[in-house]
Amino acid sequence: MSTTSTTLDSPRMLPESVRQKIEAYIPRYPSKQAVTLPALHIVHSHFRCVPYQAMKEIAEILEIAPAEVADTMSFYGFFPQAPLGDVRVWVCRSISCMLRGGDELLEHACKKLDIEAGQTTSDGKLTVEFAECLGICDHAPAALADDGRAYGPLDEAGVEKMLEELKKGPVPPESL
Amino acid sequence: MAAFEPVLSRNWNNPDILSVMTYESMGGYAASRKALTTMSPDNVVDLVKASELRGRGGAGFPTGLKWSFLPKDRKETFMCINGDESEPATFNNRYLVEKDPHQFIEGILIGCFATKANTAYVYLRFEYIKAIHILEKAIAEARAAGHLGKNIYGSGFDLEIWCHRGAGAYICGEETGLIESLEGKRGWPRIKPPFPAIEGAFRKPTVVNNIETLACVPHIVERGADWFKSMGTPKSYGPKLYTISGHVNKQVCVELPMGVTTNQLLEDHAGGVWKGRKAKAAVPGGISMGILKKEEFDIPLDFEEIRKTGCLGLGTAAVTIMDDQTRIIDYLYNTTRFFAHESCGQCTPCREGTGWLYKTVKRIRSGGGRIEDLDLMSHLANNMGITPGTTICGLADGAAWPIKNALAKYRDELEDFIKHNQNPAYKITAGQDAISKGQSPLPTNTSMFVPGIGLAKSLSN
Ligand SMILES: Cc1cc2nc3c(=O)[nH]c(=O)nc-3n(C[C@H](O)[C@H](O)[C@H](O)COP(=O)(O)O)c2cc1C
Ligand code: SF4
Ligand code: FES
Repeated sequence: MSTTSTTLDSPRMLPESVRQKIEAYIPRYPSKQAVTLPALHIVHSHFRCVPYQAMKEIAEILEIAPAEVADTMSFYGFFPQAPLGDVRVWVCRSISCMLRGGDELLEHACKKLDIEAGQTTSDGKLTVEFAECLGICDHAPAALADDGRAYGPLDEAGVEKMLEELKKGPVPPESL
Repeated sequence: MAAFEPVLSRNWNNPDILSVMTYESMGGYAASRKALTTMSPDNVVDLVKASELRGRGGAGFPTGLKWSFLPKDRKETFMCINGDESEPATFNNRYLVEKDPHQFIEGILIGCFATKANTAYVYLRFEYIKAIHILEKAIAEARAAGHLGKNIYGSGFDLEIWCHRGAGAYICGEETGLIESLEGKRGWPRIKPPFPAIEGAFRKPTVVNNIETLACVPHIVERGADWFKSMGTPKSYGPKLYTISGHVNKQVCVELPMGVTTNQLLEDHAGGVWKGRKAKAAVPGGISMGILKKEEFDIPLDFEEIRKTGCLGLGTAAVTIMDDQTRIIDYLYNTTRFFAHESCGQCTPCREGTGWLYKTVKRIRSGGGRIEDLDLMSHLANNMGITPGTTICGLADGAAWPIKNALAKYRDELEDFIKHNQNPAYKITAGQDAISKGQSPLPTNTSMFVPGIGLAKSLSN
């Protein structure tokens, strides 16, 4: 049993490989709590979400309270508690994209997939979300997949083509 | 004046520059070697001071001066590099990391040597997925080649650089929000003082600098302060990366001497307004900075001149062009929506004020506006931010500025819009009516007072 006061009432869910990845970050910072965001990212990329049980296990590794992890995690609105689609795609709605039709393209993407912004397709392949400026305004109106693929300048046909491509699943970072 | 020679972007057309060997073969890491082996940290600070380099992250604070605020007797210093780059329309930091990562690493190395920081954290926004991949590879190569690690160039100076990924929050670009986020907490900006130089990351003296700021440093070491000051306008020196997007033919990032005009950017670099239209207005440096009228397009985009137009400042030098078919109400809808979404919620005038502005603009835009709303918006905008002294950080000023500028420069258009866009189906509740008249929408015994704003409950329209 660990030396911390945290007790786990459910079976552990983080595999050893994930725990090791998190622990490898600890020497980089003067405090273990600083590993919270890296740990959330590691767990998120493994499960495509951060369930409550995983939060508790992160807290245990970092010797902080689960509420501290939950507090940080909930601030960012980036980490869902239930799994996202295989690819998450953000459509930008900030100024340069908006001026070139960004808001309408988000609507178009959602209509094509028969979902609302923030939802995942029923086959679990795609999650579509709005985003504020993605930092790829040279592509405005732009969209970004969470594997790093950037799209734009988009029009309705471009959005449809993008969705088809993204449905095939994520690509590794080397291919960018 | 001599022809301008780009330095920050000089390698951008060379994809091989991602490799440390190529970068070295082009003269790279010569400046860091020069600094670490022939200069003292204080020499470097003095040189950067002499160059009058001002921070490229938005506030334009003199970099050398910031470095000299660190306590002389400090034992440990941290460097945080601000790569959160979330100000709408800004993408120059991404270009710097993706297209020439070693120039950036060399800048970090010299900056850390000057400030005696042995650990540097690059806080990079999550969305820069390609950039982080390139940067982590470049850091590993730089370490293997002896530019990072222990006893660099035999100077006795040690440095490790770690990448730290954000999670999609604009406020983590504010330097103390960044520090809190780095520490594993919610990105809530801290009250200053203490300033990070005295008590920053992990309660230790800390420097926060923008990516472009540090990318300038190797060139200053290599070419000297006079070279740097030979470019630009008074009090705004050196090369600058400008980004231009929106209603233009070519959306680009270009390096130019500090102080070019919007017209020059638009005509010489962005290929003019798209669809053969005319320009109406521009956002000069990210939406926090306000709005420029077409008639102000020949004002130099530098730290000083731009303020004379009523804009907040140069910001990130991210210019967004709006064509003559753009409605100011849509611009306001976009900016208020952004800030209502991104306010961290700590300060009531910002949390409630940004939400209130958004709802008011949204109502006007959908046909339920009244002329008095404009005064209400002005009142709100004038009472939120560091400028009036009601909030912890500058996000609230950034939220207020588009409103202030639009009301000063486009009030006629907004009044006209309200008059001609009345949707009869739009019902205004008694509460909203009371608010717009500056009265309490609440029973008199409820106290929800917000300094300078008034009563701020039940604003849901
Ligand atoms: C709301 C807000 C957001 C900011 N976002 C960024 C940002 O994304 N990148 C950045 O470098 N500076 C940003 N800043 C400015 C930083 O607080 C800080 O001034 C800057 O990083 C200092 O670096 P410099 O001196 O090299 O410019 C932001 C400021 C505010 C108030
Ligand atoms: S001004 Fe706004 S964003 Fe800044 S600390 Fe206050 S609430 Fe947060
Ligand atoms: S405004 Fe859309 S990517 Fe920047």
